[in-house]
Amino acid sequence: MAAISREEVAHLARLSRLAVTEEELDTFAGQLDVILQAVAQVGEVAAADIPPTSHSVPLTNIFREDVVTPCLTPQEALSGAPDAEDQRFRVPRILSEDVAS
Amino acid sequence: MSDLTRMTAAEIAALVAGGETSAVEVTRAHLDRIAAVDDRVHAFLHVDTDGALDAARAVDERRAAGEELGPLAGVPVAVKDVLATRGVPTTVGSKILEGWRPPYDATIVQRLREAGTVMLGKTNMDEFAMGSSTEYSAYGPTHNPWDLSRIPGGSGGGSAAALAAYEAPLAIGSDTGGSIRQPGAVTGTVGVKPTYGGTSRYGLVAFSSSLDTPGPCARTVLDAALLHQVIAGHDPRDSTSIPQPVPDVVAAAKLGATGDLTGVRLGIVSEFVGEGAEPGVMAAFREAVDALAKLGAEIVDVSCPTFVHALPAYYLIAPSECSSNLARFDGVRFGLRVGDDGNRSLEEVMSLTREAGFGPEVKRRIMIGTYALSSGYYDAYYGQAQKVRTLITRDFTAAFERVDALISPTTPSVAFPIGARTADPYQMYLADLFTIPTNLYGGPGISVPCGLSEGLPVGLQVMAPTMADDRMYRVAAALESAVGTFTPPAL
Repeated sequence: MAAISREEVAHLARLSRLAVTEEELDTFAGQLDVILQAVAQVGEVAAADIPPTSHSVPLTNIFREDVVTPCLTPQEALSGAPDAEDQRFRVPRILSEDVAS
Repeated sequence: MSDLTRMTAAEIAALVAGGETSAVEVTRAHLDRIAAVDDRVHAFLHVDTDGALDAARAVDERRAAGEELGPLAGVPVAVKDVLATRGVPTTVGSKILEGWRPPYDATIVQRLREAGTVMLGKTNMDEFAMGSSTEYSAYGPTHNPWDLSRIPGGSGGGSAAALAAYEAPLAIGSDTGGSIRQPGAVTGTVGVKPTYGGTSRYGLVAFSSSLDTPGPCARTVLDAALLHQVIAGHDPRDSTSIPQPVPDVVAAAKLGATGDLTGVRLGIVSEFVGEGAEPGVMAAFREAVDALAKLGAEIVDVSCPTFVHALPAYYLIAPSECSSNLARFDGVRFGLRVGDDGNRSLEEVMSLTREAGFGPEVKRRIMIGTYALSSGYYDAYYGQAQKVRTLITRDFTAAFERVDALISPTTPSVAFPIGARTADPYQMYLADLFTIPTNLYGGPGISVPCGLSEGLPVGLQVMAPTMADDRMYRVAAALESAVGTFTPPAL
């Protein structure tokens, strides 16, 4: 049985903000199915009472000295932006028209 | 002067320090070599000719002024395009960052500059460091200098190929699941994944933050150690950076080079010497093990039964972290923006931008990660993978109570032909079978050339406990002293 359907892949693409094509959906559905079936092997490991590891370095609450150091100028920070205005990143509209009106 | 491009970094640094050559002369020799061969190898995405010559001139001026130079001053280095370089294009092998010139340097790049090394340019890589062959670069594949029809490994195939093609004596890579060690193995060069937290991730474009580890690449173990010493050490800008002194890897490499491993206990990982590796790889590995035994090492077999689950656990953990990390590529702050016609919404523009900017492997991993982190699947996939990570760590800890270091072949196969695995993403993943456990555990690993199979290089991997990077350098240098280095056919 397939681990994942074409419809589920389309849903994942939407969640991932990827405007995939119909052709890509066909390819990805098969490939993701192979990958997910393979990685699902982790489920066979008996680990019910094992604590999870999120990170290998046992460091918590890392602080550094609260001293002022040089930082980027607004021009530098905006230098790679696709669009900028008044020292801000300019974005396409974020509200739909019926909400905005 | 004999060919400067054939020298080790240590030799070049000594000549520059002694005034027998200049940093400019060294840099020009390498730029000439790049001009002569890189149209065939394609190790570089960007060659910074002017920046390199400026940096070299600065070293020569400092020397002329009588200033003390660092141990690698005047030595050229190639930097994987995953590290931010101020004013120099940084693409991560992706169209989504095409043309981006970072306004700052990664900590490692800053340390390279302060040490007086000369950055030649940025090397090719699988897009966002996701891949094992450099074929997933948006800018075309890199070719293995040993056989131009074969892959140079990945994701850091550009850095490894630059070394093997004598375009650079030193290079920087990043290793999330094997991206330094596996290219090292298949190009006959030395690749080091330091202890996680031993090298700064500040300015490294994030793929999987709990695994990403920048590290040194070189043609000799001593050169790798010299570069390691320059780039490693605590960085307050990286909250996962370990606030401890760097192990003395240079001293360890020099000790190893004496060829004496008396009193060193090495464990062969039983799970990695079965049918998983090609016969030719196993033959070269077995010969290398015999050589290590002749140097005085005690060799035992060590079973690490959970290592066989490392690959599936990794391909849940790394994509999960990537799906989160790559959310920052939204067409707002840097890089590409597609479809902003004044009518489309932010979300539509974001989706069109990411669709156009990311290649297929990056899309696959973002979607796998999104799936594994979804409510309803989280416990069965991501949560379970994190538990397996604990078990793998326990296997390492138990092994290091019995032995000083673990050894295995670095890769299951020699370099495969370009195009052989791109149609089957999971086959590509298998190239990292032996390197991934170390990333999940967080300890250091090194790949050192140990022989040839079918005329192609085979690497031996040494894995050591966390913050015992010096131990693996000693073993690797000893092996190198016994088997020598390997030179590819002339290009």
